[in-house]
Amino acid sequence: MDLSTEICGIPLASPVLNGSGTYDALAAQRAFGDAVLDDFPFAAFVSKTITRHPRPGNPPHRLWEAPSGMINSIGLPNPGLEAFVGGDLLELTALPVPLIVSVMADSAEDFTLLVEAVAAVPGVAGIELNVSCPNVHSGLIVGEQPTETEALMKALRPLTDLPMMIKLTPNVANPHEVAKAAEAGGADAISLINTIKAAAIDRNHNRTWLGVGGGGLSGPAVRPIALAQVRAVAGAVDLPLVGMGGIADGESALEFILAGATVVAVGTENFRDPRAGISVRDGLVSALQRRGFESLADAQASTLS
Amino acid sequence: MAGRERPLAPFNRRACRVAESHAAGGYRIFTLIDEQGPEPAAGQFYMLSGESEWEGESGRPYLPRAISVARILGTRGALRLEFLIDDVGPGTGRMAAFEPGDGCLLTGPFGNPFSMPRELNSDAAGAILVGGGIGIAPMAVLRRELVKRGVPSRTLLGFRDQEHSGGVDELFGCEETRLAFEDGSAGHKGYVTDLLIRMLEGDDPGGAVVYSCGPPAMLEAVRNICAGYGVPVELALESPMACGFGACYGCAVPKAEGGYLRLCVDGPVVRGDQIESAMAGEMVTSGIGDAD
Repeated sequence: MDLSTEICGIPLASPVLNGSGTYDALAAQRAFGDAVLDDFPFAAFVSKTITRHPRPGNPPHRLWEAPSGMINSIGLPNPGLEAFVGGDLLELTALPVPLIVSVMADSAEDFTLLVEAVAAVPGVAGIELNVSCPNVHSGLIVGEQPTETEALMKALRPLTDLPMMIKLTPNVANPHEVAKAAEAGGADAISLINTIKAAAIDRNHNRTWLGVGGGGLSGPAVRPIALAQVRAVAGAVDLPLVGMGGIADGESALEFILAGATVVAVGTENFRDPRAGISVRDGLVSALQRRGFESLADAQASTLS
Repeated sequence: MAGRERPLAPFNRRACRVAESHAAGGYRIFTLIDEQGPEPAAGQFYMLSGESEWEGESGRPYLPRAISVARILGTRGALRLEFLIDDVGPGTGRMAAFEPGDGCLLTGPFGNPFSMPRELNSDAAGAILVGGGIGIAPMAVLRRELVKRGVPSRTLLGFRDQEHSGGVDELFGCEETRLAFEDGSAGHKGYVTDLLIRMLEGDDPGGAVVYSCGPPAMLEAVRNICAGYGVPVELALESPMACGFGACYGCAVPKAEGGYLRLCVDGPVVRGDQIESAMAGEMVTSGIGDAD
């Protein structure tokens, strides 16, 4: 079955992407060699989040295993915009698939710098905005506030013709309200969900385990929540959606497409299996055939009763 | 950072058959048949999970566990990999229960191997290996690799008690080792670091190179002793780790100059002077929080 599709005009050989920060294509080449490029697991690659200034990331511990999932508090370690553009970005644009660069800032000014610098690099196919960060001026987390989200999108929209997708946080009562605001501000697509706020309690030492006290839950444990949010957002906006949250196989990928996602992203499952993107893609073909879908487009167009 | 070229892992997670499993003191040793992977180098590790009964009734274990290889038999195409396991939580518990014929999912080998002594000290006369508890596993592999290369080495091993010295006879055989038991049940009564100090006092430290793996407090003591004598040391560290190939950024260890290294791709073997402290692995036995 032909799985080729597109999102915001970016052509994709399949609807399977990676979630930002869940696959380091360059480190994977160090571990596995060129086999990673010969059989790249995703139809487009979403980079880890880049910020204006370098970030070392959070102090350990950064991981905790939860039932059918994990909690992380990684803290977005990255080399900063300048080093990224002069270094890893060039290697990432040479990957055999379209590149979407994830950026985050605590002000519209820094977002502007990031979007302009990244958009100027040939080979970047799109930009994902990570808005799960407090705005330095208002103190509010942009992605939790429809008004902040719309204002940011409106400020960034004129900067580039590249597709801009916004990654929603699930830690809100009404994610579809934020999605509608992103649409009004000119977003081209919406990706969801980011991780769900979570705590890891070290009961043997009466303390929290993670270095910064709390983190974000991911993996199959969050899948039903992600499906509910994808469904709610799909009903509220006309934008294509990148659905993610605990996708581990073709069957769970199909659930997201039926819930309203145009394409899907694999995240935590990549940690368990470096070829998870490939098994999700192949499993999706079987899942579609088993349900009598003649094409991916049929499933994308179907609606839940 | 270790300077040797490292074997590349096949780009997959492959099901390997458990060929054998038996008790070794308070620990277990099991053998996997890996038909695809290269021979790992001393210090490298694998990410392991059970093909069945992983994500059991409690939803755990969920992530694979990073485990160092303890012995390598055979060659590429028919490798037999032995692992030394301490049952301290749901992941290692499942592996300790492996029976012949069970499937184990494996990715790797991952990480930087130990450097050879001359790569660390051009005047090196040989190597001193210091292992503690379950951490004797990578020391056993390194010991064999040094023998094969004709590099002289001496081995010092420390244990809490007999129960926690599982695997020592099998992995080190009749090779000459000096033992320390904290409970005095055999060898030196006390810490293995006492033996290391005695050895460095009797040696010309200018020709020494030390390798170590064991509990964080022991590694930190070894690191400080070596710094005091000006002796190069490589340590095999442990950290909670979800992936093993640089994807999750979970296995952060503070660097001496600030910032963090990713233990899976920048380690697990690090030079003593690369890190702020070997205590970062505190409370981690071989995995992901909650003991495991």
